[in-house]
This record gives sequence, structure tokens and C-alpha cells, in this order.
Amino acid sequence: MTVRIQTEDFDAGFEISQLHKNRKDIGAVVSFIGLVRDMNDGDAVSQLTLEHYPGMTEKSLAMIINQGKTRWNIADALIIHRVGTLQPNDQIVLVAVSGAHRGEAFAACEFMMDYLKTEAPFWKKEATLQGEHWVEAKSTDDAARARWDTGK
Amino acid sequence: MIIKLFYFARLKETLKYSTEDLNLPDAPMTILKLKALLAKRGDVWGEMLMGKLKVRAAINHELVDDNAAVSNGDEVAFFPPVTGG
Repeated sequence: MTVRIQTEDFDAGFEISQLHKNRKDIGAVVSFIGLVRDMNDGDAVSQLTLEHYPGMTEKSLAMIINQGKTRWNIADALIIHRVGTLQPNDQIVLVAVSGAHRGEAFAACEFMMDYLKTEAPFWKKEATLQGEHWVEAKSTDDAARARWDTGK
Repeated sequence: MIIKLFYFARLKETLKYSTEDLNLPDAPMTILKLKALLAKRGDVWGEMLMGKLKVRAAINHELVDDNAAVSNGDEVAFFPPVTGG
């Protein structure tokens, strides 16, 4: 398992290749990359600043991966999340899951991303023409996460 | 008992605190009681901790609800609902 919080960008291709390096039992790697958009709720976004809770963030992400590993038969997973100041089009997050088959890897990757959105202690602040403001949590993210409560 | 408090995001900015050590009477303490106690510090504290805005709490890096018990030496954090990813 790999969990990293960093200000610098990441090379998704390299990171994903590490998940199946020297392994002949991996048949599938599923990955998700989150990017900064230049538009949110109708406002033009010029910049995004991400804050987190050092110490808790790493534990929370490791717990999310472990929950995914308990629910699905997957080989390995990694989460890299950036913090600090980001611009539109910048990469924010990478979640990648490897396993023998695609079905379990797809499900585990989506589960981890839904949990990250609602559990991991990150907060976004947007800069728009109207000034800076904290991004509000979305009920659609809670709903996405709640889907997993009823089973796979 | 002594606990360590952390505030994040909007709370940190508005309260103008990121961390503090707090000395509490040795009586049973929950997250809700702690919020009520801090809210007594004044307007902005009440607004931030007991107002309309949702506040989430963590004890020793684990998300907890209002009824969670706070113990001596705990690290307690208050923050808005998370918005990462």
C-alpha cells in the first residue's frame, strides 16, 4: 500500500507501473485522477488551495485502502493527494488499484474515491473573481458514499 | 485534564487559532460539551462551533460524533465537512 500527501505533481504512469512491477498475478489496474477545473458552481476558478490535517490524513487514507482490501479481492492500492496551491488543469489526486480481475479493481477504486471525498481531512479553498471562499461539502458526495453501505 | 486542540480550514481562519492546549476540569467530557464550553468564548466561537454550520470532530485522528468522550492527553480537532479529492 502507498499513501502520499505532497505539494509536488505526480507522474501517474510511473506510479501506476509500480503497482504491478515484477508481479505476474496482476491482470487489472484501475486508476482515477482528479483534476482542478476552472469552473465550479458557476464561478470561474483561478486557483485552488488545499489544506489537510497532517497525521490524520495519512491514517484516514490507509484505513480507506484497508477497507477496500477487506471488501474486494485486490492485490494492492495507492493514493496520492496533493496539497497547497493548485491551478486549473493541475492533478489533485490519484487512486489506483491492482488485482487479478477488473471487476473488483473497478469497484474498489470507486469505493476508495467515494470514501476519500467524505472521510479524508482535506479542505479546498477556491479563488474566484469575487475573492476567496471555502468549498462547501456536497450532499451528492455523501450519497455516493452511502451507496456502499448496503453491500457491494 | 489537559487536551490538545486543533482547528482547520474555515474554523482556523475565523477563530484565528490553529492549535491550543486546554486545561479542563476532571469531569466527564464529550465533544458536544467541549463545543458548548468553547462557544462561551464569544460570538464567533458560538457561531463556528454551535451555529448553523456543520462541524466535524476527530479524537486522536479518528472521526467521532458529538457523544464521543474526551480523555486526558487526547488530541481533539474541529473542522468543517471535508472537501478533498
